Amino acid sequence: MARMLLLLLSASMLSFFLITASPMNAVDAFLNEVNVSEEQRARIEAEWDLNKPPVERYVLWAGKVLQGDLGQSITYSRPVSQVLNERFKASLLLMGTAWVLSGVLGLALGILGAVYKNSLLDRIIRTLSLVLASTPTFWVGLVMLVLFAVELRWFPLGLAIPIGRVASEATLTERLHHLALPALTLSIAGVANIALHTRQKLVDVMESEYVLFARARGEKLGQIVMRHGLRNIALPAVTLQCASVSELFGGSVLAERVFSYPGLGNTAVEAGLHADAPLLMGIAMFSVLFVFAGNLAANVIYGIVDPKIKEGGDNYA
Amino acid sequence: MPEVVHAGLSRPWLNRRRRILLVIGLGSLLLAGIFIGGMLLDPELYGPNYSARRMAPCPDHLFGTDYLGRDMFWRSIAGLSLSIRIGLLSAAISSLIALILGSMSAIFGGKVDSAVNYLVDLCMGVPHLILLILISIAMGGGARGVVTGVAVTHWPNLTRLIRAEVMQIRSAHYVQLSRKMGKSSLYIAVRHIVPHVFPQYAVGLILLFPHAILHEAGITFLGYGLPLDTPAMGIILSESMKYLAAGMWWLSFFPGAALVLTTQLFDLVGDYLKILIDPHSARE
Repeated sequence: MARMLLLLLSASMLSFFLITASPMNAVDAFLNEVNVSEEQRARIEAEWDLNKPPVERYVLWAGKVLQGDLGQSITYSRPVSQVLNERFKASLLLMGTAWVLSGVLGLALGILGAVYKNSLLDRIIRTLSLVLASTPTFWVGLVMLVLFAVELRWFPLGLAIPIGRVASEATLTERLHHLALPALTLSIAGVANIALHTRQKLVDVMESEYVLFARARGEKLGQIVMRHGLRNIALPAVTLQCASVSELFGGSVLAERVFSYPGLGNTAVEAGLHADAPLLMGIAMFSVLFVFAGNLAANVIYGIVDPKIKEGGDNYA
Repeated sequence: MPEVVHAGLSRPWLNRRRRILLVIGLGSLLLAGIFIGGMLLDPELYGPNYSARRMAPCPDHLFGTDYLGRDMFWRSIAGLSLSIRIGLLSAAISSLIALILGSMSAIFGGKVDSAVNYLVDLCMGVPHLILLILISIAMGGGARGVVTGVAVTHWPNLTRLIRAEVMQIRSAHYVQLSRKMGKSSLYIAVRHIVPHVFPQYAVGLILLFPHAILHEAGITFLGYGLPLDTPAMGIILSESMKYLAAGMWWLSFFPGAALVLTTQLFDLVGDYLKILIDPHSARE
């Protein structure tokens, strides 16, 4: 646990120093072509602590963050925490849907492939997974857009709600309608990975002697998968699913960009392109926390799923 | 002796080993062709041609043309060549970092080992794409930012692999025996560890290419890095987004498919090399 917190701290430092090392100038971005005197400029720099050494700035920044103050976004002219809060809700919906989708679909396809090993179905699943696992998310999104939004017109071209509508007025069906394509796009890489891993693990289990014995005892295929298969592949599946959170965050940046979905990822890109250092820092910090939460969840779930680890006490972190 | 048993039987010329070698050869040839061909390509081929704008794919323009009449096929080849160049450079740097950190961590153990593990965890603690954006910004954007970003973020997995390999060999019986018989550390490193780890490293390096290429395309797609008129995959695809609604599907479909095909080729060559190098599967 202490080790994980230390990691969190150093990851925040890493992001902070990378952003401070950047030659992009936050004051220029803020002033945006407005001419000011050197004096005023210096005052803004002093206001934002820009003239202090990086280490001191980090300490000041971290102190403020602990009090809940993430600073002011330059592009949105609003507190960063407000922007984050709003964008995160949209992103959470997208990432959550994709996460569940990839877990369930991946597991199901992996089990199907392993149970009917070397059948036509298995070969299709395996080939498709292998190709999709290394297909760029944004291209999948583009192809989806071409197919389902432009040619078939089943789904809208982008955004989270219909154009010209306020967020509070959008109905649930409208939101889901807009969510479907991005969520599917985002889940595809995960589905492929999880299906491949599940299949591999389950194939090993199905070739074991205890499964052979279970067959001899007259257990049905479904029973074997439930009793012997799923229990044995649960742990690696949990690890994989929780570790995929990091990939998911990266993928969401690309998917949101393709579908102009107003989430965190899209905001991160905008913040980076417009030199909005406070906002970018907030998002980076947030993504680090997000990955941290994923790893933590994996550790907690281990304890629940695997009694052996639970007995070992809490020294597994 | 199996050779004797099979001597009288006619065996197919294209046995498994030959097939694997053939695939590796053809794959590398194709990749080298794209790589070198793209560099030597006459920029005129994918330059604007206003008499052939917005053309759907046809025999003259296999991938169609865009709003400036640029031939998408040649533009994609040039883009892939650039991607492979960036991929090669950054995969080489990343794998070198992995080789140094991985073997240091396995050889020295103790504090060094935990420090390296800590670095690996740290690098994996920030989502990859966010880290790429941060590094690209820290370097002030441009091609330099992209290459640096991709180069210094792809080492963690390979580091772990190399560390595990070196540790395994170090504790192997024949290495311990060799040490007991008074062989120097240098002798053990050169005669026992390097021959075993190098193939793993080479395969790991090749399997890094597709990752590096895809991340390069991804970060360029987001608008970081390379200037907009460069024929890079990310820029081609990001431009194509504007013309999707107009029904110009070929602008995004074909270049992307070419990119996927290229990364698949790298994967294929890497996987088959692994089969060939791995003593467990090489004789099958």
